[in-house]
Amino acid sequence: MEQAVIELKRLTKKYGEFTAVAGLDLSIQPGEIFGLLGPNGAGKTTTILMMLGLTEPTSGTATVCGIDATRNPMLVKRRVGYMPDDIGFYEDRSGLDNLIYTARLNGIPAKEARERAEELLEKVGLSSAAGKRTGAYSRGMRQRLGLADVLIKRPEVIILDEPTLGIDPEGVRELLALIRDLSRNEGLTVLLSSHHLHQVQQICDRVGLFVGGKLIACGDLDTLSRELDGGPSHAVELDVSGWNDRLAERLTAVEHVVSVETVDSDALRGAAPGTPGIVTVRVTGTADVTPLLAALVVEHGASLVGLRPMRYGLDEIYHRYFEGGESSGRVH
Amino acid sequence: MAAFIEKLRTAGKERDGAVRTASPFWVMVQKEFGDHIRSWRFIILLAIVTLACVGSIYAAVTALKNGQSDASSSDATSFLFLKMFTESDGSLPNFLTFLSFLAPLIGIAIGFDGVNSERNKGTLSRVMSQPVYRDDFLNAKFVAGLLLIAVVIFSLGFLVMGMGLFTIGYPPTPEEFWRVIVMLFITTVYVGLWLNLSLLFSVRFRQAATSALSGIAVWIFFLVFYSMIVNLIGNVTAPSDPNNADAILRQQDWLMLLSRLSPAYLFQEAASTLLLPDTRTLNPFITQDQAYLAINAPLSFGQSLLLVWPQVVAIVAETALSFAASYVAFMRQEIRSRS
Repeated sequence: MEQAVIELKRLTKKYGEFTAVAGLDLSIQPGEIFGLLGPNGAGKTTTILMMLGLTEPTSGTATVCGIDATRNPMLVKRRVGYMPDDIGFYEDRSGLDNLIYTARLNGIPAKEARERAEELLEKVGLSSAAGKRTGAYSRGMRQRLGLADVLIKRPEVIILDEPTLGIDPEGVRELLALIRDLSRNEGLTVLLSSHHLHQVQQICDRVGLFVGGKLIACGDLDTLSRELDGGPSHAVELDVSGWNDRLAERLTAVEHVVSVETVDSDALRGAAPGTPGIVTVRVTGTADVTPLLAALVVEHGASLVGLRPMRYGLDEIYHRYFEGGESSGRVH
Repeated sequence: MAAFIEKLRTAGKERDGAVRTASPFWVMVQKEFGDHIRSWRFIILLAIVTLACVGSIYAAVTALKNGQSDASSSDATSFLFLKMFTESDGSLPNFLTFLSFLAPLIGIAIGFDGVNSERNKGTLSRVMSQPVYRDDFLNAKFVAGLLLIAVVIFSLGFLVMGMGLFTIGYPPTPEEFWRVIVMLFITTVYVGLWLNLSLLFSVRFRQAATSALSGIAVWIFFLVFYSMIVNLIGNVTAPSDPNNADAILRQQDWLMLLSRLSPAYLFQEAASTLLLPDTRTLNPFITQDQAYLAINAPLSFGQSLLLVWPQVVAIVAETALSFAASYVAFMRQEIRSRS
């Protein structure tokens, strides 16, 4: 098994009486996009600071790229790019100058620094604004410049703290696509923290739910869904015209299927609400059997009007974990 | 200047065999220096100081033209060049007074938002996440500021010298020249002290305005109130018996020590001793024998230097102290984005 890029063991940070991070264990594999998910004040930023050696842990160790971050922060910082939330630039300097400065701080010679900076500005789509003062940049431009700033030292790991905060949806989409491409094409390990569920859901391989300084759940979405219910991880909604009990029995008999039940058709989804004869059925199971279900319905002589494979969304998981609220049973 | 810095840092180290790369420290110094020079604050400061210098020269030259010929000294032209820095016709303070008044302001203006503005703009956490030692950041702020101050002070000094030469047409002797150079050097160290103090405030206070105000408060305190307070203490602790010479001497020594805690006082003593070679001692009390038997002649350069040596050391020590304080404060702080 490959060695983990980021390995946290019993990591704890206390501020006086207050425990910001309590005994955190976490390991992140190379090439992974890991989402650290939690409400404000959960200790996400503190954890990140400890990984970079910017804050000393009260106890426990943080190992990044095989280096102890507390003992040897310089080596870690050489190999890890960190984008703080609400990143700041020298506002009276241009974007290009800011990037070159960062590169030079990393010991890159002036000429190469300029080349790399121009290349990266091109990549994040800022080459037209390269000479503009960063004070005049919009929020989205600043975040993209921040990404370029993180990448200029050619890191092995990038850590992004709330990278999508305060950007419009289109900007978020572009930024996330950029991050995903980077991870896929250049094998970067990405750790990003966020409290925006949907965004994290879109690009993360695994997520960790972080509340009150503790990692309460960790894994990919399916695992989390399973942990949530301890049961089915897949659900499919079928809109069927010509529904009858025999069909229900047939469906229930399919391997992996746990339950078949009719539900009220969701008016919001606009699936022909109130249309007579159409019944919405939810089938849950432990594996994905969607094609089989469709085939069965058609075979049976009923007509399949709609078919929606569903997964437990992070929203739901988040809500259940954090609020401890009763199960609403709603998936989407 | 940029070329000078460039030379300094490449001379610094050669890493990775053939590839020469600047150490992050000098990269930061270079950037800080550039930022200072481009800032409006620096231009305004420079304008004020230059105006003050030109004014003081004018006053000095007028004074020299009008009345110095019948001065008490038999040798009227002795150290005429130095008089340009210390004489005045009364309309404006002389150069030295101006300098001791404005120098702290330069230091405070350059340093007061050094750390907290970076923190508030979120650039501090970005820089700190690069492979940069934390103390390098503070050191770079200090070194860049000090370099700038040295450039300003020395160019002003040379400006005054040159203009003086031009107007009075009397060239300095080598000794006078060296006296002025050493005085400028001491001024640089003195401004360095204020720079450090304001850096300390900028580490300590999150708001730039608070830090600037604290710096100015300390400045005014030492400039105006400190001597008053020392006088007050002197009055209160004055020995009851005016004939008790021992007690009076001891009390005066004690007051002297108190005054010399103030960097402004130390600087005043050091600079005026260097520019007024007639100053033979900085001790307020000399016995009648000493006064009577002393040869009425100016001190040599070396002797003047010896006389001010403790003052210079004290200023450097105070600088080191405030640097250490800001260093410790900065090292202990946690760096988060914009907080």
